Formats: sequence, structure tokens, C-alpha cells
Amino acid sequence: MELTLWTYEGPPHVGAMRIASSMKDIHYVLHAPQGDTYADLLFTMIERRGKRPPVTYTTFQARDLGGDTAELVKRNIKEAVERFKPKTLLVGESCTAELIQDQPGALAKGMGFDIPIVNLELPAYSKKENWGASETFYQLIRTISKEKVNKINKINPKRWQTSGRRPKVNLLGPSLLGFRCRDDVIEIQRILSEQGIDTNVVAPLGASPDDISRLTDAEINVCLYPEIAETSCEWLKRNFGMEYTTIIPIGIKNTINFINEVHSKLDLPLTNKEELENKSKLPWYSKSVDSNYLTGKRVFIFGDGTHAISAAKIAQEELGFEVVGLGTYSREMARQVRATAKDLKLEAIITNNYLEVEDAMKKASPELVLGTQMERHSAKRLGIPCAVISTPMHVQDVPARYSPQMGWEGANVIFDDWVHPLMMGLEEHLIDMFKHDFEFVDGHQSHLGHTTSKFPNLNDTEKEEEIKDKKDIVWTDSGRTELTKVPFFVRGKVKSNTEKYAISRGIPEISDETLYDAKAFFS
Amino acid sequence: MSSLELNKETGPREVFCGLTSIVWLHRRMPDAFFLVVGSRTCAHLIQSAAGVMIFAEPRFGTAILEEKDLAGLADAHEELDRVVNNLISRRPEIKTLFLVGSCPSEVIKLDLATVAEKLNKRYLGQVRFVNYSGSGIETTFTQGEDGALKALIPIMEDTEDDKLLLVGTLANNVEDRFKKIFNNLGISKVESFPPRQSTELPKIGKNTKVLLTQPYLSDTVRDLKHRGCQIITAPFPLGVEGSTKWFLAAAKAFKINELKVHEIIAPLTSRAKIALESHIKILRGKKLFLLPESQLEISLARFLHNECEMELIEVGTPYLNKDLMEEELNLLPESTKIVEGQHVEKQLDRVRESNPDLVVCGMGLANPLEAEGINTKWSIEMVFSPIHGIDQAADLAALFSRPLKRNQILTSKTLVTQ
Repeated sequence: MELTLWTYEGPPHVGAMRIASSMKDIHYVLHAPQGDTYADLLFTMIERRGKRPPVTYTTFQARDLGGDTAELVKRNIKEAVERFKPKTLLVGESCTAELIQDQPGALAKGMGFDIPIVNLELPAYSKKENWGASETFYQLIRTISKEKVNKINKINPKRWQTSGRRPKVNLLGPSLLGFRCRDDVIEIQRILSEQGIDTNVVAPLGASPDDISRLTDAEINVCLYPEIAETSCEWLKRNFGMEYTTIIPIGIKNTINFINEVHSKLDLPLTNKEELENKSKLPWYSKSVDSNYLTGKRVFIFGDGTHAISAAKIAQEELGFEVVGLGTYSREMARQVRATAKDLKLEAIITNNYLEVEDAMKKASPELVLGTQMERHSAKRLGIPCAVISTPMHVQDVPARYSPQMGWEGANVIFDDWVHPLMMGLEEHLIDMFKHDFEFVDGHQSHLGHTTSKFPNLNDTEKEEEIKDKKDIVWTDSGRTELTKVPFFVRGKVKSNTEKYAISRGIPEISDETLYDAKAFFS
Repeated sequence: MSSLELNKETGPREVFCGLTSIVWLHRRMPDAFFLVVGSRTCAHLIQSAAGVMIFAEPRFGTAILEEKDLAGLADAHEELDRVVNNLISRRPEIKTLFLVGSCPSEVIKLDLATVAEKLNKRYLGQVRFVNYSGSGIETTFTQGEDGALKALIPIMEDTEDDKLLLVGTLANNVEDRFKKIFNNLGISKVESFPPRQSTELPKIGKNTKVLLTQPYLSDTVRDLKHRGCQIITAPFPLGVEGSTKWFLAAAKAFKINELKVHEIIAPLTSRAKIALESHIKILRGKKLFLLPESQLEISLARFLHNECEMELIEVGTPYLNKDLMEEELNLLPESTKIVEGQHVEKQLDRVRESNPDLVVCGMGLANPLEAEGINTKWSIEMVFSPIHGIDQAADLAALFSRPLKRNQILTSKTLVTQ
């Protein structure tokens, strides 16, 4: 049993709903009690969808449990098929139905419909939302495509060259309740098209079962979101020889790497290599002198695996930040996140507990947090600027404007979204120059109006007492005065480093000189 | 009532389960914690309905059952023990801990009553444990509050004192208004259940006169009756009419002259009527369709028809307790169509056929209906807003007139919504 006050992911059947709601001509009969319909509002309220998710809830009640719940399931399946006339039917159960073991999938298969039926077994007590979405997408592709296995030849990614047409790829993984998927798809299609590559099918977002059955018309698969599509891509590779991409085109470097990967898999020469560097404003904006101030900004990153890993790379290599914390709630992506963290000489935070993330954030004393909506709230409490980079979805993460994360425009969006919560370089410089003028109160932060910093402040006598008690060290007047001159957003770090230094050297009193000694020691 | 058209419907429902009422109960009693014993779905439901992220640590959470808990029941009890111990050491300010049963805990027959009893012994004098079920297989939306209140009744002490007990969660400002009015009427001892602090439970007995503020408290009323309380029958205090009759019923029970009631509430009534005017202008003659959710539907229909002059197409309700709702049903216009239960698809067919001007529905349905060009008001707002009493009548009407007014401002009818 796990105490949960708030969770990053929903149950696996919500993942299945994401796939069903993303697609056309699909219906999902979910054996579930009253109340599970709450999940509809994720789509209709958070994503402002003007359509109900294509889900029928069997709505069994306590009084049904003694009787024939199987009959109830069959009645709902029959009604759903007659009313919605889906081309493919998904059948599954939510957590409670799993316990009563009516096997709705098997029941549906015995009802004699002439449409493919996907029996979803999503263990609700051990798995979560992204896993459920991935499994559903995979089972759907498998059900629709399994007849073709061993019947068609392995797909040669170069075959387009002899058919006298442009190469074709599928974009797999974008779904509803995925972070900026709607716009990523447009961006990636545009980039591929410019490179002379056509999009065969985008799935699940906007696809129908008919589209799924023609996935094999493409030469390769582009795996946009491994959390959702990697299992499917792997199955398509195993059974049809379809290669798939492994680089996620978020950030300039990885967009270029991604384009290279696609070209090499398709054996398509890359002729515009030099042009690619200039497709986005990020490289120049990052190089322009105003951005000098971004150098070494301490950034804490937490999110789903894909976005957290991408964010770390962009932060470190494209914006010149220092990554001081990296983690994910996606257990399925833990290995990759750990590897990225190791490269950055960090230990990855793999947890589903937002309080642990908040603690880690506090300890890392970052100047910028890149996280989920929950980290935005934690950062707000700590007085640290934050940009949201990952699901779980919030109504703010579905902006009206075109706002991808991937590709060239994605890099532009990322530059703006991450840098604006920080103080602008010139502004920061001016404030630093004039901070001792009476007009500037300590704690003046950005034009976005964050709350005052919660980092230890020497004017706070209570905290001072606490430190004296705990560490048996004293800040002298000169030390204290010098500390107030340190910019407030790094003051906490400087203070704790200096104390650490003083303790390790057995220095009982911290003067201004000790502070500079410590500064030299740690730099 | 005999002239009403009462129907029952079964089928797939689009209604919240009883766990959802934790969202307002925890705000009413800030010293209480609600621990759902359930699944990840339960946790996700509550956080989706409540916008939990704004809290550093909310006063509700879920002990999520995992595979190993399902293997053997003894384990689950021990595990729950461990979770509760951790919780209490982390949150020493908790005075009452509600163990809330869910669909999965009910199906595996997790005995929360026994757990609560054991914990009560261990934490005697520090934390009190009560249990109830908010499961969707047994309760809808607001019934969760019924369960929570019912669970508190056995620990309420006896008294012979004369008092008026207001039963059902009220917004604090509304509660203060009501108490002031009752005091002016000459009823000096007025208490509320649930109280503002879980440790300040009212005492009850044969001289306790119970006046309901909410229509969804069937089980609570039954148990209060068993404890000897007298139940005052009245419509519910929504709108001027309902609130007036509600005050009158209370006054009658305390043998207070009807004229005195009218004298005290007359200024309130006349200013409420002025405030209502602008809303009535918008609502008059408009056709209303209420889908079942909050259990307030019958009272709302009565208010919106009798005071705001709307036409009622259909009044849905998750379930109908005819005894509790008798006074309300009597006030509805002849041949009002009431539908108890739901088959959401069939009901939506009727919505489309009847071409309503406004549909009251849950959040899952609102935007899809708007996309079809049908105006909606989502019902969950009714349980979060201060809508009770004469002074709030215009605020209540505003909840319904606003979407219509907005629709007059935004004229485009052919929006692309996908």
C-alpha cells in the first residue's frame, strides 16, 4: 500500500482512453463502476475537447455484484456497437472490474461481431497511465496487423528509391493528454516534408483503424514519444522489418541528429546540412550577448523521461546552464534518465512522490526549475522561477497558439518559455548595478512577479538562531554583511557552502574572509 | 406530487462517485484528514476533481492498493496500519481521520470498521478514526457527505437541550447569515453538522430539531431520527421561496409566530427580488434540462421554474428519496418530468431532441454539448459556491444566467472545437 497525496500518472485504463480518444472510428467499452467517468473531464475540460471520449462505462453497482455482471457487460457492448458503429472495439476493465473477473474482452469476442476486438488486460494495481497507453496502442496495432505477419516481405527502407516516389514514414506516439503533441506533429511533418519525406500515417492522434492497417506502406517509423510508441515500433520492426528512429527531435542538436538518423535509415542523402543550423533562432539568441547571463544558471529538471532527458541536453549544451538535478516519474524510462544523469555527474531522482522531488529541489537550490505543473507549484512555494516541460496535463499546457516542443519552432518556444521566467540579461545586469539604490528592495526578482525568495536570509533572526544551534558556528558582522551582497538567488547556496567549508576546517566564526576562502575553494 | 411524471432509467451513467464529496468536506473541517483506501483511479479522480496541486500537502490522500495487498487480507490491514502511522507522525495536527472505503476496498471486503476500531484504541485521546464508504458501486457524488456524517453520529454525545441543528455542509458565510436570522427569530441555540472543527461535534437528543440544508442526506436523517432527533420537514433553502418556507418550518417547530418570520425576512426578500430581476429577464421562458449529478436538481428545478420562470423539460436525479423530497416535489409545476437514474446516451438523445436553452450537466459533458451549440452549466459548481439562503438567491440565478448571457455576447455558432 502506498500513500499518495497526488500522482503524476493516472491508472492504466486512462492510458487506454488516451489512445481511444485520440483516434477515429474506435470505441472503448470499459467495465467500470459509477464515478470512473471522471476521466472524461481530462479530455473535455483540460484539453477543451468538443467531443466526448468514445467510451461506454458499464456502470455496475453493488447490487449487480451478486447477480450477473457478465450480462451487464454484454448489454453495454451490444448497445455501444449498435450506437457508435466502431470499426474496431477496445474492451477492458478498470481497477474494480479487474477484481470481479468478468473477462469482458473474452465476452465481447464471443458475441459474433465482424469487427476486430482488442482485449485489453491492463493490470491496474501494478501499472500506470503511460504503460496503459503504450500497451493499448501496441495491442491495437497487433490486432489489426497480425494477419499480415509472415504474409508480406520484410520492408526494405530503400524500396522507395525503386518505386519512383518520395520516402514515406509514420509518426507514432502523439496522443491526447500528451505534452504539446498536437503541435509537434505539425512541426515534424513540416520538417520531414522539407527534406523530401512524406508522412504516411500519424497515430494514434487522428488515425482510424484503416490508417493502422496501412502502417506498412511506410518505409520506417518515427518514434516521437517512446513512452507511448516504443513497444509498437519494436513489434513492427520484429514482424515487418520496419526500422524506427531513436532520437527525439527536441532541441537544435537533436533535431539535426534526428534528421540525420531519418536520412541514414532511408538511405536519403542529406543535402542541406549547413542550412539546418539556421532554421531556429535558438542558437543565435543563445549566443547573443544578452544571454551571457544564462551561463551556468543552475537548473533542476523533472518530468516524463523523454522531456526530462531532452531538457537536460538543451539546458547543458544549447543554453549553457548547469543541470543540478534530473529526474523522472516514468519508471519505464528510469534506465535512460539514470544514464543521462550519470553523464552530468548527478544521481537521477526516480520517484512518483512529488514531496521527494520538492525536497531534492530545495537541496539543489536551483535558479530555474523545469518540471511538471506540480514542480511549478513547488517552485512557486520556494520562490524559484519555473517553466513546465512535461505532462501531467494542465489546461495551461494546451495553449491556443502554435507551441510545439519539437523541431525548429519547438526550439524557439523552448528558448522563450525557459528564459522568460528568468530575469532578462540586461535587466539583471542593471538591477545588479543599482541594487544598493533605495528604490530596489532586496528580493527584486523578475518582471513576472514571483514571490519573495524562501532561501535563508540573514535578516531572519529565527533562522540565524537555528543555524547557531545546529552547527555551532557564528557569522560575524563582516561575514553577514558580505553575505547580503551576494545575489539573493544564490545566497542560500553560498551560505551553506561557506558553513560546510567552515565546519570542515574547524573554523568557529565566519567572517567576510572566510566567505571568500570558501568561494575560492568551491569555484 | 401525484401529477408529476416519475420515471426510472438504468444504464451507463456519467455521475461522480461519493469520494468526490471529500473535496468540500475537507474544507469544512480543516482539522480532519480523509484517507481513501482505494486504487490509483481513486487518487486520480480526487485530484482531477479538486485541482490538488495548489496545496503543499492536501488534507486528503489515497492509500493505493497494490498487487501484494490483494493477495491476502491480513497483509492489507497491516499495510493500512503502517500508512496511517506514517501519516499521523507526519501530520500531528490531524484530529479526526476518516478512512474512506472505495470500490476496490468494498469488493475485496476490506473491513475498515475493524481497522478504525483498532486505531481508535491506539490513538485514544489523540486522533479519532471513523470510516465510511464513498465507493461508486454504492454512492453517487453528494452521497459521500451522507456517509461521512452518518459515520460521525455514533460518537456524538447525548443532550436534552433544546436546539436547532442545521445538517449539511454550508459555506461559512452562509452559515453565519442563517444563524443571525435564526437568532433574530428568537432561536438562540443553533448548531451545525458538520461543524467547522471535527472535534466540536454537536450533542444531540430528543430535543434536537434537525433542519436539513442539503437534500442528499437520507442515511444521516435516519440515524439522527434513531437518536431521538425531531426532523423538520421543509423544502431546501435554495432561492427566496425555498428559503422562506425553510425558515417558516423551523419557526413553526419552535412555536414562533409566522408573522414574526415574515417581518424579519421581508427586507431580505424584497432586496433579493430586486437582485433577481436582471437574471429573470434572461432566464424567463428558457427551456431547461437537468442531468443527474449533485442531487440538488429537484430543488434547482423548483427555483428556476417558480422564481426565474424557466420551463422544465426534464429533471434528472441520481436517485429519488420521495420522503425527503416531498415538500420540494409538491412545489414543482404539474406534469414535471422527473427521471431517476440514468442511461446517459438515451438521455443525451432526449437533450438533442428537446432543443433546450440550457443544460445542467457534469464537466465531462459540458464542452461536448457546447460544441453542438447547446448552452450548459456544470453542476459541480453548485456544491462549491455559496448558493443557500435568500441573500444568495441572485447569486444562484447568476450561475444559470451567465452562460446564456455569454452566449448572447459571443454570437458565432459554428466553432471548430477539435
